[in-house]
Amino acid sequence: MSQQLRAFLTAVGVIAGLTAAGYGVAIMGAAVVIGDSHAVVEQSSKSDGWRGVRTGAAGRVSIPDPQAGVLIQSEGEIWRSIRNGPVTVIGAWAMFAMLVLLVLFYAWRGRISLAGKPAHREVVRFNGIERFAHWMTATSFIVLALSGLNLLYGRYLFIPVIGKEAFATVTEAGKLLHNFVAFPFMFGVVLMFVLWVRHNLPSRVDLKWLRQGGGLFSDRHHPAADRFNAGQKAIFWIVVLGGISVSLSGLALLLPFAFPMFGKTFAFLNLFGFGFAETLTSMQEMQLAQLWHSVVSLGLIVVMFAHIYIGTIGMEGAFQAMGSGRVDAAWAEQHHSLWAASAEEAPAEDDAVPSAVREGQG
Amino acid sequence: MARMKFLCDADRCIECNACVTACKNEHEVPWGVNRRRVVTINDGQPGERSISTACMHCSDAPCMAVCPVDCFYQTDEGVVLHDKDLCIGCGYCFYACPFGAPQYPQAGNFGGRGKMDKCTFCAGGPEEDGSEEEFALYGRNRLAEGKLPLCAEMCSTKALLAGDADAVSDIYRERVTARGFGGGVWGWNTAYGSDT
Repeated sequence: MSQQLRAFLTAVGVIAGLTAAGYGVAIMGAAVVIGDSHAVVEQSSKSDGWRGVRTGAAGRVSIPDPQAGVLIQSEGEIWRSIRNGPVTVIGAWAMFAMLVLLVLFYAWRGRISLAGKPAHREVVRFNGIERFAHWMTATSFIVLALSGLNLLYGRYLFIPVIGKEAFATVTEAGKLLHNFVAFPFMFGVVLMFVLWVRHNLPSRVDLKWLRQGGGLFSDRHHPAADRFNAGQKAIFWIVVLGGISVSLSGLALLLPFAFPMFGKTFAFLNLFGFGFAETLTSMQEMQLAQLWHSVVSLGLIVVMFAHIYIGTIGMEGAFQAMGSGRVDAAWAEQHHSLWAASAEEAPAEDDAVPSAVREGQG
Repeated sequence: MARMKFLCDADRCIECNACVTACKNEHEVPWGVNRRRVVTINDGQPGERSISTACMHCSDAPCMAVCPVDCFYQTDEGVVLHDKDLCIGCGYCFYACPFGAPQYPQAGNFGGRGKMDKCTFCAGGPEEDGSEEEFALYGRNRLAEGKLPLCAEMCSTKALLAGDADAVSDIYRERVTARGFGGGVWGWNTAYGSDT
């Protein structure tokens, strides 16, 4: 068992590591290259006008838009090669690898079922507002993910199948949907943060849970966990931090040239010894916003594959927790022993409805 | 088959903006959209030069490569055109274009830019040549009428040349030989690769 566990963890590590490393290199490279070419501009525009023009120096133009004064912006080619290159390719491989991993895990482990008999007594796991926050975020995330993936991969996947006209109609609808559904998503992330942050602070119990592999690999022992185990806490922080990051870069794309934030972010990072360019043109800001938005989104999508797996077919009783909001007391005891103890001490007003009664409602 | 290119002789451009005006008038381009513009570098200083610029109809066009709906196409003559019926106004071509050619009717009111508009080398769009629909969306199709782009035709100093790459570069080479200097064919490396 421990050998299998090690092999599995190695596979997870390799996927996560390669994805993160690939994106890290791509984004750092983009930041450095885009920043560097800008630095060259400032020097050379004084000494050599033509080299300056080739590297982005701005001249005077009668159009009331200073951006029109730039004759050549070479960063566009860098943006193109990163977006059409590593972002597209690594993103596809990461999603594929995660799906393969989940299929293999399911084939090996099957559905994690309740050990022993259900207690036929239910406790409230998530109340109405918590489930509302979760499902609002979840449905809007799926819409955003599909319409976003369509922008990156649809050209290759769907145009050969449905043709350019139909694809353009679908994609335009998807773009509009993406623009508007972004707001319930942002609201959902904020709401989940407010509701759950106090349950998601790291604690000593998490270390033990992680050391025991979270009970993912064995039926015999379920490590103790409070309301959220370490895996759920990880998901929580990935969603909150990733969600905020994807929201900010998304707003920058939604209102073009209105939210330059990468220059300020780089200036802040430079306090810690990084060498990023702090003065970026508004075009470079947009290019970085697009790259960052797609990278963080693809990362979230890959993580959500695993989250959806374990919340549905991966584990008995997990979907029920967020579906009806009620779980069997035995399930609560097994998966969240510390929380189950406190939940039983202070039960919610109607948490003790026998499941036999509720079965009829089905 | 000709390979259409623009060439702006920066030693001749006097920043009269006639090319810009000719373009706007010929194609009835709406307010706020500038298919062509004149940029002056080192304005008011020694070495001041002006350059008229628009879509350069690149060989390996970045706009074509990044368009999510693949709305661009390149004609046999190398002219990069796009289909406004497909365009979703995402702005990606504008992020990719080295020359700032793509234009949008709106600056970005809640991400709604409208259909992208750019220089067509006076070659219209996918609609029937010379049709009303083509004119309304893309402007005049002068190439179909056997004429070259109006901006270059109107240029008072013949700084802006448009036409077959060989003919255009021959004219420029003769000029450089005759006058003994030349600023180089501006933008060609970026648009057509380093071997041009």
